[in-house]
Amino acid sequence: MSVTAFLTDSTLCIGCKACEVACKEWNGIDDDGLHWSGFSYDNTGSVGASTWRHVKFVEQPPVPGLGGNAGEQTSWTFSSDVCKHCEEAGCLEACPTGSIVRTEFGGVFIQPDVCNGCGYCVTSCPFGVVERHSKDGRAFKCTFCYDRQKAGLVPACARVCPTESIKFGEIEELRTHASKRLEELRQRGIHDATVYDPRDTTVGGTHAIFIVRGDPRSYNLPPHPEVPTAYLKKAWTSSVIAAGLLLGGTLLAFLSDGKRNARKLRR
Amino acid sequence: MSNPLPGPHPSGDLQREQRLTEIRRQADQQRRLQIVGARPAGAPFPQASPETGYYQIPLLKEPPWTWEIPLYFFVGGAAGAAAVIGAIADYTGADRELVRDARWIAAAGSVISPALLVSDLGRPERFLAMLRVFKPQSPMSVGVWTLVGFSTGAIATAFAGHLRHRYGPSLPLRVIENAGQMASLTFGLPFSNYTGVLIGATTVPVWNRNVGNLPIYFGASGVGAAVGLLELLGHHKSRALQALGLGAAIFETLEGVHIESRDHSYLDPLKRGPSGWLTRTGGALAGPIPTCLRAASLFINRKRSQSLRKYASWSSILGSLVTRIAWVYAGRVSARDAKLPLELK
Repeated sequence: MSVTAFLTDSTLCIGCKACEVACKEWNGIDDDGLHWSGFSYDNTGSVGASTWRHVKFVEQPPVPGLGGNAGEQTSWTFSSDVCKHCEEAGCLEACPTGSIVRTEFGGVFIQPDVCNGCGYCVTSCPFGVVERHSKDGRAFKCTFCYDRQKAGLVPACARVCPTESIKFGEIEELRTHASKRLEELRQRGIHDATVYDPRDTTVGGTHAIFIVRGDPRSYNLPPHPEVPTAYLKKAWTSSVIAAGLLLGGTLLAFLSDGKRNARKLRR
Repeated sequence: MSNPLPGPHPSGDLQREQRLTEIRRQADQQRRLQIVGARPAGAPFPQASPETGYYQIPLLKEPPWTWEIPLYFFVGGAAGAAAVIGAIADYTGADRELVRDARWIAAAGSVISPALLVSDLGRPERFLAMLRVFKPQSPMSVGVWTLVGFSTGAIATAFAGHLRHRYGPSLPLRVIENAGQMASLTFGLPFSNYTGVLIGATTVPVWNRNVGNLPIYFGASGVGAAVGLLELLGHHKSRALQALGLGAAIFETLEGVHIESRDHSYLDPLKRGPSGWLTRTGGALAGPIPTCLRAASLFINRKRSQSLRKYASWSSILGSLVTRIAWVYAGRVSARDAKLPLELK
């Protein structure tokens, strides 16, 4: 069984949202409501309980060359966002029911028949991906099309992408492909493209790699995502200190009070 | 009739046409309109840029917890501390009624806590799914198992003690009572403060940046509430409780100083806006107010001293509750911060 990943190349994305539609179709996800955000062509905002693929529209004031446009035109780029399927996944570590598991393909999967909707994974995701569904009560996110992968199929979003902006394959092959693509873009004079693959953080790399133009922060990709288990040592140390203070303080209070009472009795 | 719109006051077609021409000219030449009255409401709109992130849409999701969770933090903290106080009071041979009341507070908390925890779940009927695994790396899992051990111990102790009192001592009752008390002490120690770990080890900035202090803060808060409840149940003469209450209130005061004296943007939810005022209210009620009242009660005559301690108790209990609500609220506000996770200024 090979370890798989997504490589989402925003330089090829045309913002058609076919991935969003295919994801909703295959997984039977409900709608997000009809809200007018005013942010370019994005009325969804972010991935969430009912959006497992989400196309971001980064529309900026004119920057010569960015987005392949001429200087006087507004530049805009698109990037399809998805659960990052971290190597050290905050949600997986935090899940108290064992509902969230690592699949044989390397993805992070929430077993819907086990999840009891405690919501702790929501507070543990450094990318703000997992969300508790307000009506259903359970937490949801991209399944990495575990069912399709099991059957030897490509995830729905990658299958449907008309420009092959979403690539799916063996993770190391995709990493090699990403660096090759970056070189290719550079030769074409596009120097602002970067690969987003946070392997040097506590997240330890992801199964969703991105090629974006400009600063990844324009796409809400955090520079240093941290898995919350990194805070555990400090937290439990503090807990032990607090418990020690409580035990010691209570003993001291009652022992000295007892002595005083004993003295009183003697008198 | 006055024109509600600011800017020039067009009185005829010619003037309107001239204004339109000027707007077109400015848009064409400068790509930015300076003309008064031409800016849409709410402008400037958020941009997607390295300076603002993605249209200032928050990266993180807000904690989905409802009102039950801060209440659970309060009840659990008080119950855990009460169990520890009860057990130590028993081992040191203190007043029997104090021991009994502390056990009942712990037992009551043991019934209320799981109820609160279960009703917050998205799927309450699946609560038991939490008991199919034990994950030391998940504070929620550790906490649930601590709750199970604590509740069992505390309820067993209280009931066995009650039966022994009513029907006389017997060996099985004594075994249950002692084993239960040992369990409620062992689990009560982490139970009184683990909720600090629970919210500290998350991606919410205001929580995880305070991860080294939160369990101590929450532990002190639990002691303050437990002491307050015991004193209001009639143990307002216990010097041990007075000492514990004073200690907890001093810790809470230090907590307030620790928050207020540092200047970081991640602390803003604790200092600004409604969540900031709630934090300050809770901090004042749990820290300086009971500290002063208890300190003053040491130096005046017995009768007035007791009423001061009563006020201190109410203040501590209320402070503990408000503090928990404030921290959860601050967490929600902090998760909405679009800048911190992207390291933007």
